[in-house]
Amino acid sequence: MGLRSHPLPITMLLKLEGITKRFGSLVANDHIDLEIRQGEIHALLGENGAGKSTLMNILYGLYTPDEGRIFWKGKEVKIRNPRHAIDLGIGMVHQHFMLIPVFTVAENITLGKEVTRNRFLDMNEARKRVEELSQRFGLEVNPDDRIESISVGQQQRVEILKALYRGAELLILDEPTAVLTPQEVEELGKIMKRLVAQGHTIIIITHKLKEVLHLADRVTVIRRGKKIATLDAAGQTEAELARLMVGRDVILTVDKEPAKPGKVVLEVKNLHAKNDRGVEAVRDVSFTVRAGEIVGIAGVDGNGQSELIACLTGLRKPTSGTVTVNGQDVTGQSPRRIRDAGVGHIPEDRQKRGLVLNFTVAENAALGDHRAFARRGWLSYQRMVDKAKEIISGFDVRPPRHDYLARSLSGGNQQKVIVGREILRNPDLMIAVQPTRGLDVGAIEFIHRNLVSERDAGRAILLVSLELDEIMNLADRILVMYKGQIVAEVPGHEATEEGLGLLMMGGSASA
Amino acid sequence: MTVAFGTILLTFIMATLRATTPLLLAALGGVFSERAGVVNIALEGIMLAGAWGAAYFSFISGSAWIGLLGAVFIGVIMAGLHAVASIKYYADQVVSGTAINLLAVGFTEFMLNRIWGQAGSSPEVASLPNIGPLNFMIYLAFILAIVSWVALYRTPWGLRLRSVGEHPLAADTLGIDVFKMRYAGVLLSGVLGGLAGASLSIGLLSRFVDGMSAGKGFIALAAMIFGKWNPLGAVGATLLFGASQSLSVIFQLMGIQGIPTQFFNMLPYVLTMLILAGFVGKSVAPAADGIPYRKTN
Amino acid sequence: MPDQSKWKAGLRAIGIPVLATIVGLLVGILCILIAGKDPVLAAKAFYRAVAGEPRMFGNVLVSTIPLIFTGLAVAFAYRAGLFNIGVEGQYLMAQIATVVVGVWWTPPQGFEWLHPIFALGAGAVAGAIWGGIVGLLKAWKGVHEVINSIMMNWIALFLADWLLKAYLRPDNSRAASYDLQQTAWLSQGLIEGSRLHTGIWIALGTAVVVWIILFKTPLGYEIRAVGHSPGAAEYGGISVARALIITMAISGAIAGMAGSVQTMGLNHRFNETTALLGYGFDGIAVALVGRLHPVGVVLAALLFGALQASSGLMQAMAGVPKAVVSIVQAAVIFFVAAEGLWSFLQRRRAKKEVTPA
Repeated sequence: MGLRSHPLPITMLLKLEGITKRFGSLVANDHIDLEIRQGEIHALLGENGAGKSTLMNILYGLYTPDEGRIFWKGKEVKIRNPRHAIDLGIGMVHQHFMLIPVFTVAENITLGKEVTRNRFLDMNEARKRVEELSQRFGLEVNPDDRIESISVGQQQRVEILKALYRGAELLILDEPTAVLTPQEVEELGKIMKRLVAQGHTIIIITHKLKEVLHLADRVTVIRRGKKIATLDAAGQTEAELARLMVGRDVILTVDKEPAKPGKVVLEVKNLHAKNDRGVEAVRDVSFTVRAGEIVGIAGVDGNGQSELIACLTGLRKPTSGTVTVNGQDVTGQSPRRIRDAGVGHIPEDRQKRGLVLNFTVAENAALGDHRAFARRGWLSYQRMVDKAKEIISGFDVRPPRHDYLARSLSGGNQQKVIVGREILRNPDLMIAVQPTRGLDVGAIEFIHRNLVSERDAGRAILLVSLELDEIMNLADRILVMYKGQIVAEVPGHEATEEGLGLLMMGGSASA
Repeated sequence: MTVAFGTILLTFIMATLRATTPLLLAALGGVFSERAGVVNIALEGIMLAGAWGAAYFSFISGSAWIGLLGAVFIGVIMAGLHAVASIKYYADQVVSGTAINLLAVGFTEFMLNRIWGQAGSSPEVASLPNIGPLNFMIYLAFILAIVSWVALYRTPWGLRLRSVGEHPLAADTLGIDVFKMRYAGVLLSGVLGGLAGASLSIGLLSRFVDGMSAGKGFIALAAMIFGKWNPLGAVGATLLFGASQSLSVIFQLMGIQGIPTQFFNMLPYVLTMLILAGFVGKSVAPAADGIPYRKTN
Repeated sequence: MPDQSKWKAGLRAIGIPVLATIVGLLVGILCILIAGKDPVLAAKAFYRAVAGEPRMFGNVLVSTIPLIFTGLAVAFAYRAGLFNIGVEGQYLMAQIATVVVGVWWTPPQGFEWLHPIFALGAGAVAGAIWGGIVGLLKAWKGVHEVINSIMMNWIALFLADWLLKAYLRPDNSRAASYDLQQTAWLSQGLIEGSRLHTGIWIALGTAVVVWIILFKTPLGYEIRAVGHSPGAAEYGGISVARALIITMAISGAIAGMAGSVQTMGLNHRFNETTALLGYGFDGIAVALVGRLHPVGVVLAALLFGALQASSGLMQAMAGVPKAVVSIVQAAVIFFVAAEGLWSFLQRRRAKKEVTPA
């Protein structure tokens, strides 16, 4: 709930009227009205792809709206480019930080508005100003550190300082908690409150209900490019917000029978692995997945899930420990060997990993098994086409064309091609990572149903997701990952969002 | 040993400085272009065209100084083509650079024929003076190296130029005009590449010779990498490469046999491959080097 | 949903190089006008040089042969996302290897037919090694292939020069290596009066083989997958490192065959080379205009071969400087490369592809 009261009379800082933005045939923003009050924390809530980021990019001058008007402090403005937005007093912290890794903190903050003496850079003075600013708002940074050497949380502080240094009155934070650890999220909350106390206004873009209730004064819900409602956050419930966000009463639940676990298919023992920066990201992880059960891995992003999965699928070499599939040791084997051992993989990033976007659907149907599509050394297109047709009809891919480039399909249909391909391989173990990220509700349901029926067909399924709902709905057992370790195992039917949430932040279940 | 050691050393230093000058100027050009995020393998062609421009404008005006301006003018035109193709029309920068190199060969050959009606080389033209024992261009190259370093690392402009080569979108969100900065970087490589050409035709010589760049643009490219995309690094690298070229001459003078001259010629390239592979130090390109920047709106 | 069928994509793919070629030729005509010559006369000269007599066409094909190889080499590597700008060096090293086998190895009686095969094979291997090193360094150390290819070109130039002068020539007065034994020559006289040699069949055969590898074998699938998306290829169990090394080696081998065939069919020796002659750059032009497809490469090679072969007659008959051919070639590369120039061809598709951030 909102922690601030409004002692001053309410003044309107920003008003959007009928903002519309189209990308080809897609209407990303459909006549959106929005009012932001001076000094509030305003949450923009919506599913992935609902049009939140597009709206904010319009406000920041990165996109030009096709229709609609913007009023800033009561005066109509046309925001032509980011520089103009900055001049008005609008600052934006993008979901993917806009920082230059090889530059220092001070260089990043002052870039474009440098401190000079006689037209030369005056880095001493710049350093001093950054320090002043960081003290004033309690945003601790070292001006001389290079961005590439500091943590993600610190990078976010640099981003906020960048906006404040330019005199931002309105700060737009795009999905600010997605990459943060629980402590950093806590810290961010404090920072936001401090900023508001000093007269700033904040818009936070999010799809997380808790954040809205914890941080925001008011919330505007956007669904499929349209504004649904603007509400006071105080007094709202997660269920009500979810209904508004998704557009129907219940959050997704999946009907399923209790699991009948069989023999052990995947066994992971004392696994250790490092991340790209050479830091140990997976620490002594051990668990098993049996045939006929779905094991979910819950956790805040960046707690070692990606590295763990990369080890299990052959995309990363573990530093120690063993991975066994059907009794066969596949530790550190190539992706091909692991796939041949009976592992299917729905990857986290469907566009970078799961599909070759410039291949046709038929060619993509062979990805992962292309050698099996050869006849006496010759690649058989007919076999690829047959497989593609099987996927298209079995998994309702639209449009049903095997000769289209994968690039031209929508995200949901791309994911269906991947899910279909992997399921039709009949793997003993299916590893599904964020299988529904960014998809609309229909596609989510479809994929969930398929995973459950695969389970019932006797496959072992390992599901990794950042969405607690997804884990709780699907998993028979839930493993919680925190700082590279499995810190708890919870039976699916006993899990509560509160309990899991605590575990994910390093708390204990009894707390 | 037949020649006095002091004489040999002096000859070696002079030869090294002479060999270094065109390499250094072109390498500095490369630094500006690539720091802004545009790969520039067109240095060879810019240099060749610049050498012709210097000779031509010196020829028609009778003044080497006008020739120098002419070299800059022609260099900027060549670089401008590369800039428009790779910045405005998102061309693959290596392909565009290749086209410029080919164009320079065709253009200079064509103009040799057209203006002087002869193949091979131009008539003698006015050349730039020596200051003391060394040609004007040698001093200019080293001065420009320092100026370039100051501009890149001590001015807001330099910070911005480097930012668009590292993370253009980030620069864009801060209101920095990515396209403008990239044009500036590439056009400066035209200025410096043109000067490098002038140092060949009206600095070290006093005529244009067909194909006179003879791969120096590519050595400059190697030097730019060896010098870690830094103007002062480029000074060190081009001095090293220049020395390796003049060393073969010195060895002959000193009567040292056994090391074929071709090995000295190969040295810059081998060293560059070694440093790139991380066997000798490490050199990392600007992060967005070679990637066209596309704006969405 | 726009029509995304392969056909339409194919039409677009052909449109750009055709337009670029037309614009390039217009630039050439402009140059001829600037030179104060008559473009009509030049066109007549071109026609005569290409189709005047069978032997003329034979000479066009002689110019076409190395272009097919170098174009295929560049196109093949490009399919894996690699820019092989090192064709020139691979070409040179292959010539050296072919000379060694062609001069010093004498096939046993009755097996003379083995000589060209071994000489060609030696060249292909040399080219494969020269290209493979670049692929290896990319796969192993992540070094960009363009820079290393350029470096390897110049190393090859000086290495070949040293080998020629130290070992391959009979005496210091000769600016070429020993002659190849006649058994290693490719037979000429396919067309009476021209120097057309059987290398044309090797070139066309190579184009077919490249097409088969790329589109009909699992290896080709792997190479194309790596070229489009290394991440997806890796996910799909394809070894990206292996694909990069193999691709550069095959590309180098094809480039090497250009050098070998040129030596065996035309020169019969290795001539002293003091500067890079631009075979690699020709290959880039051919590959791009041929839209990286073997059939397109053969057609583009024919176009550039005709331009090169006719430059002599155009100079003699119409006074057109030979340099115009280089300028036309540069212009064509330039206009093919500047894809944004042709965005009007693709506008409809581009719009559909944009998705909100």
